[in-house]
Amino acid sequence: MQALTSRAKRVERKPMTLWERLYLPGIAKGMMITFGHIFKRKPTVNYPEKTRPFSPVFRGLQVLNRDEEGRERCTACGLCAVACPAEAITMEAAERLPGEEHLYREEKYAAKYEINMLRCIFCGLCEEACPKDAVYLSETFAPANYTRKGFIYGKDELLIPDPVKQPDEYAKALGARAPRPK
Amino acid sequence: MAEEKKLFKVTIDNITIEVEPGTSILMAARRIGGEVAPPAMCYYTKLKGSGGKCRTCLVEVTAGSTADPRPMPKLVASCRTNVMDGMVVRNITSEKVIDARNGVVEFLLINHPLDCPICDQAGECSLQDLSYEHGKEGTRYEFQRRTFEKHDLGPYIQLHMTRCILCYRCVYVADQLTERREHGVLDRGDHSEIATYIKKALDHDFIGNIIDVCPVGALTDRTFRFKNRVWFLKPVEAHRECNHPKCCGKVTLWYRGEEVFRVTARKDEWGEVVDWICNECRFEKKKTSDWMIEGPTRVDRHSVISQGHYVGVVRPQEVVYDVMGGRKPKLLMDIHSVSEVNEPSIDLSKIEGPAHSTDFEPKKLTN
Repeated sequence: MQALTSRAKRVERKPMTLWERLYLPGIAKGMMITFGHIFKRKPTVNYPEKTRPFSPVFRGLQVLNRDEEGRERCTACGLCAVACPAEAITMEAAERLPGEEHLYREEKYAAKYEINMLRCIFCGLCEEACPKDAVYLSETFAPANYTRKGFIYGKDELLIPDPVKQPDEYAKALGARAPRPK
Repeated sequence: MAEEKKLFKVTIDNITIEVEPGTSILMAARRIGGEVAPPAMCYYTKLKGSGGKCRTCLVEVTAGSTADPRPMPKLVASCRTNVMDGMVVRNITSEKVIDARNGVVEFLLINHPLDCPICDQAGECSLQDLSYEHGKEGTRYEFQRRTFEKHDLGPYIQLHMTRCILCYRCVYVADQLTERREHGVLDRGDHSEIATYIKKALDHDFIGNIIDVCPVGALTDRTFRFKNRVWFLKPVEAHRECNHPKCCGKVTLWYRGEEVFRVTARKDEWGEVVDWICNECRFEKKKTSDWMIEGPTRVDRHSVISQGHYVGVVRPQEVVYDVMGGRKPKLLMDIHSVSEVNEPSIDLSKIEGPAHSTDFEPKKLTN
């Protein structure tokens, strides 16, 4: 039979030599390799006690940002949704009522904002498209879940904590990748 | 037999075309089509007397005519200058024109708020296209911008005067389509604004057309306000028997799923209305059953409206039932059981005016 690739190796079916049939030298050779690894540097880390530093271009879970007064930055302009190659983002816009100025930055805001994490490919095009620095990808992994229902992220999951009311949680959630004012 | 009319030969960007005497340079360029046609913000073919205000259609005339081949000393507004026999015009081939157009765009944007993320016109806005092509990244303007309070002109039309570029198109619509014009330009210079005197509602049967002619987002449809972005909607041509004698009843319906979010007049390739429609067609008939559907509108593939609109999609057949021996899959997820967006129970298109926080009930518990 012709080999499918040039790298295919034929299995040798020669009878074993005496040295091989002795068995113990082979065991010893294998144990040598095993014990040799004890003195080598460990390539793994004790996650979650220790974490590796992320690459500066790592793209993780999306965050919907607020401004320094705690108002939502998103205006539901739909640019993230139209930029999304996986069509994971959907939203519904609403007009800000008088008296809601402390909640929303602009006169229009996203009443509903959803990212389907089953569809998201973490390409970061939503962050690039956003004209208001409202959505960005943080250095958090999207958590696993047992059901598919748990992967439809609404505003309760995506929105960052209020920097005025919960400054500690806000600082923790902000991360290093948040867009900073120039 | 009628005497054959003498045609004028005019060369625009090295393309020669024969047009009838009395044609403007802009219309001659539009007959050639494509990039040769200068952009126009204020000129509107169907409105008499429009044009000559925005200066975006400036062109260079390098030879006035065969009889007098001297070049014109300044750039001329192509919408208001008629062609002469043997005229040579340079539009995109002239550096002077491009430079002047960049300057005009910078002037138009001086007071424009550039709030495109909020503006309902975004995606079909002439000023957006123009500034995308000619605009600078930053602004050199350092002073306070002209701002106005937004207000409603009646139940259907919202006026954002801050976005206005004073093209006067809406004034001509009211003059030429309605018996009585109730809005106009008040004050002068930097203070001039489109307004009614004072805060009256515009309620003529054809006044809705000012939304379509507005090149920016100054006049927008209140029944569509903030409902959806135009590029998420699917335009479909439709018509109905309108009782209004002057209304043609031929419109474009903008669909999202099964819902008609808005109705506009049909527009040609230059973004101009093909035929005027009445307010009843535009604002009152937002059900599919009101209309005879003709087919999807042709959208330019460079337009953002064509984004994500797939043509000729064949939906694959559901094979789960066959594979499972007729049993329903246990783990198939209906997106509406989790998602709060696009809920079948809420028809955004049926809400009068923009949606508010009161229109969205608190989260109902699923799972």
